[in-house]
Amino acid sequence: MSSANGIDSILRRHANAGRESLIPILQEVQERQGYLSREAVVEIGRHLGLPASKIYGVATFYNQFRFQPRGRHHFMVCRGTACHVKGSGKALEMLTRMLKLKPGQTSRDGMFSLEVVACMGACGLAPVVNLNGEFHAKVTPRRLAAIIAECRRMEEAEHVQA
Amino acid sequence: MMSDVVRIEVDGREVEARPGETILEVLRREAVHVPTLCHLEGLPPSGACRMCIVELEGAPTLVPSCSYPVVAGMKIRSRSPKVLAARRMIVELLLSSHPDDCLYCGRSGRCDLQALARDLGVRQRRSQPRGTRRERDVSSPSIVRDPDKCVLCGKCVRVCEEVQGVAAIDFVGRGARTEVGCAFESGLNVSSCVNCGQCILACPTGALTERSYVDEVLEALADPDKVVVVQHAPAVSVTLAEEFGLPPGQDVDGRMVAALRRVGFDRVFDTSFTADLTIMEEGSELAHRIRTGGVLPMLTSCSPGWIKFVEQFYPDFIPNVSTCKSPQQMMGAIVKRFWALREQVRPQDVVSVSIMPCTAKKFECGREEMGCDHVPDVDYVLTTRELGELLRMHGLDLWRLEPEAADTPFGERTSAGKLFGASGGVMEAAVRTAHWMLTGRELEELEIGPLRGLAGCKELHARIDGLEIGAAVVSGLGNARRLLDQVRGGRKDLHFIEVMTCPGGCVAGGGQPIGTDPATVAARMKALYTIDRDAPVRVSHRNASVKRLYDEFLGEPLGEISHRLLHTHYHRRDVLK
Ligand code: SF4
Ligand code: SF4
Ligand code: SF4
Ligand code: FES
Repeated sequence: MSSANGIDSILRRHANAGRESLIPILQEVQERQGYLSREAVVEIGRHLGLPASKIYGVATFYNQFRFQPRGRHHFMVCRGTACHVKGSGKALEMLTRMLKLKPGQTSRDGMFSLEVVACMGACGLAPVVNLNGEFHAKVTPRRLAAIIAECRRMEEAEHVQA
Repeated sequence: MMSDVVRIEVDGREVEARPGETILEVLRREAVHVPTLCHLEGLPPSGACRMCIVELEGAPTLVPSCSYPVVAGMKIRSRSPKVLAARRMIVELLLSSHPDDCLYCGRSGRCDLQALARDLGVRQRRSQPRGTRRERDVSSPSIVRDPDKCVLCGKCVRVCEEVQGVAAIDFVGRGARTEVGCAFESGLNVSSCVNCGQCILACPTGALTERSYVDEVLEALADPDKVVVVQHAPAVSVTLAEEFGLPPGQDVDGRMVAALRRVGFDRVFDTSFTADLTIMEEGSELAHRIRTGGVLPMLTSCSPGWIKFVEQFYPDFIPNVSTCKSPQQMMGAIVKRFWALREQVRPQDVVSVSIMPCTAKKFECGREEMGCDHVPDVDYVLTTRELGELLRMHGLDLWRLEPEAADTPFGERTSAGKLFGASGGVMEAAVRTAHWMLTGRELEELEIGPLRGLAGCKELHARIDGLEIGAAVVSGLGNARRLLDQVRGGRKDLHFIEVMTCPGGCVAGGGQPIGTDPATVAARMKALYTIDRDAPVRVSHRNASVKRLYDEFLGEPLGEISHRLLHTHYHRRDVLK
C-alpha cells in the first residue's frame, strides 16, 4: 500500500522533519493524490510522530485541504469578492441542496463533489462556477439545474454503453 | 528561603508570593476566588478562556492570572467593577451561542458555565443561538459529545493528549464552525478513544457526558420475569456521598447496599469479592509465569481503558497482559454461570448490572470476549454519577437508611479487594497474597507505603523467600506509555506492573462525581486506607467465600472452569490513531 499511494517519496524528502513540515507535506500529498486520505494522514502522523486527530485538526483549519477524492463531476464555487457581490452565495446554497453535499464532500457514488475556492481570477464572469476545469459564467439557479441534469445524463449514457 | 519571597498587593491586602508563581496560584492559596474555564491544575496554562482576568495596576489591559507571573510589588485587583463586568461579558458571549438547555441537561447543577452565569449576574440573553443544532456524537458506548454545549476551553483535548497520551480528539475546523472532534470527524467509537472519561471530568459543561443506561436498568427492574443482580465496585462506596453534597472521603457502603435494595435489585454483590478472586487467579498466573519462564513483566488487566490502549498502541505487549478478566467481568460470569444455576434461573433471565467509577466499563461489558453463548456476563454499567441520579429519582436519602450487609455469597470481601479502588491497591493486595503463597507466612507489615498515594509512578523492589521481585504501579496512560517505552528499551528489573487508566486509580475514575481534584482524590483514597486499617480480614486468600467458590465450583486457580469463565485473550485493534 505504502509505495502504491506514492507518498513514500514525499516523506523521504522530508526525512527527520518536525512539526513545522506538516503543512508543506500535506500540500505535496494533496497535490499528488488530489486529497488527503485516511491512510495518508496516518502515515504522515507516523512519520512526524503526530496523532491523526492533530493532523486533521490542523488540516481543517485551512480551506485548501480536502479529505475525499474528487467526484467525476467536480464543482468549484468562487467565493471571491466579485462573485460574492454577484450572488455566489445563492449558487453555493443551490448546489449544496441539489447535490446534497457540503463543501469539501464527495457523493457516496463518487459522481459529484463540491468545493469552495477563493478567487479564480475570472471576476468578469461573476458569479462563476467551475466544473471539471470548465468555467460557467454568470450562473443562475436555472443554469445550475441544467448543468447538473446534463452531468446525470452523461453518466446514464455511459452506463447504457457499459 | 526568606529572600525567595516577594510581596504583592491583592485587593489592598499585602500577601507573600514566590517568584515564578502565577498570579492565580497566589490568589488560590490566599483563598481569593478566581473563576477559570480553561485552567488545568498541573498542566501549563493555555490562556484560552480569559475568565481568570484580574486588574493589574499599570497594565493597559486586564491580565489573565493563570498565565501571568508574579512580580515583586505588583498591585492586583481581583474583583473590581471592571473585572466583574469583563467576566460577565465573557460569559454572555459564550452563552450567545449556547442552547438554553439547563432544564434538560445532565450537567445542570454541576456545570461551571451555569454557575458562572448565575454568580456573575447574567439575567438575560443577549442574542439568539443559531437555529440549527449540531449533531451529537452518540456512537460510543461510554461517552456522549454534544458540540452545542462546548465552550472550546480545550481541556478535554489536553487531558486526552497530555495526561492520557491518547489524543483521540482535537479542535477541528476554524472560526464559528470549530468543534472538538476526532480525525475525519469519525465517531468516538471508531477512534483511538479508550473510553476513560477523563475528558468528562475536565469538561466545565455538559458537552461531554457518560452514555446513560439508567432507563434500561429501570426497565429491567420493572420486568417481573427478570432477576436483577447488582454489583458495586470498590471505589464507589467512598465517593457516592459526594453525589449528595457531602465532602469527599466518606464511606457509605452499608447505606448504599440498603438503597440498592430499596430501588429493587434482587441481589447486591460486591465487586471487591471478585477482586479477591482476581488476586487468587492473577497471583497464580504470575507465579506460573515466573516458574515456567513465561512472558514478563506481567501487566494487570482490570482497567478496560488500559486494555484498549495496549491493543491499539502497544500490541507487542498483549502477551504480557494477564489473561484474567476484570473483577467486574468475573462477577458477571460467576453470577450467570454458577449462581444462576444454583438459584435455578436461566442465565438469560438474569440482568446483571454493575455500578462502576468508570465509563470504560460500559465499553468492556459489550466486548465480544466478555460473555458466553451470546449472553453477556454483564448487561448494563452505571457510573457512580448515574447511581446518584437513580437514587435521587427514587427519593432515597442515604442518611435516613440504616446500613445493610451485602448478599451472600458474593458480598463477602476482604479489605485487600477493596484496595483495588486506589492506584497501587491491586499490587498491594497481590504482594500480601504472593508473600503467603511463596512463604506460607503472612506479611508482617501489611501496609506497603511505597505503593500508596497519588504519585503517577510507584515502584517496589522486594525480596520474598529469596526471590527478587520488581513491581511498578502506574496510573494515567501517559505514565503507562513512559514505563512501557522503558521496558521496550530493555528494562529488565520488573516482574509485575499494575496499570490503572485514570490518574490515581478508580477513585478518580471517569464515572466519579464531578469535582475530582487532587485533594478530593486524596480524601477518597484515604477512606479506602481507613477501611483497610480497620478490617478484620485484610488478605484475599482468607476470603472464606472465595475459598468456598473454589471448593464447590471452580476447583483451583487457573483450573479448567476458571480458564473458561474468568480468563480471556486480547487482540491487536486497528483504529485511526
Ligand atoms: S452545559 Fe451547563 S449551561 Fe449548558 S445547558 Fe448544560 S447545564 Fe446549562
Ligand atoms: S474518554 Fe479518554 S480517551 Fe476518550 S476522548 Fe475522553 S480523554 Fe480521550
Ligand atoms: S468539550 Fe468540554 S472540555 Fe472539551 S473544549 Fe468543549 S467545553 Fe471544553
Ligand atoms: S483560566 Fe486563565 S485563560 Fe482560561
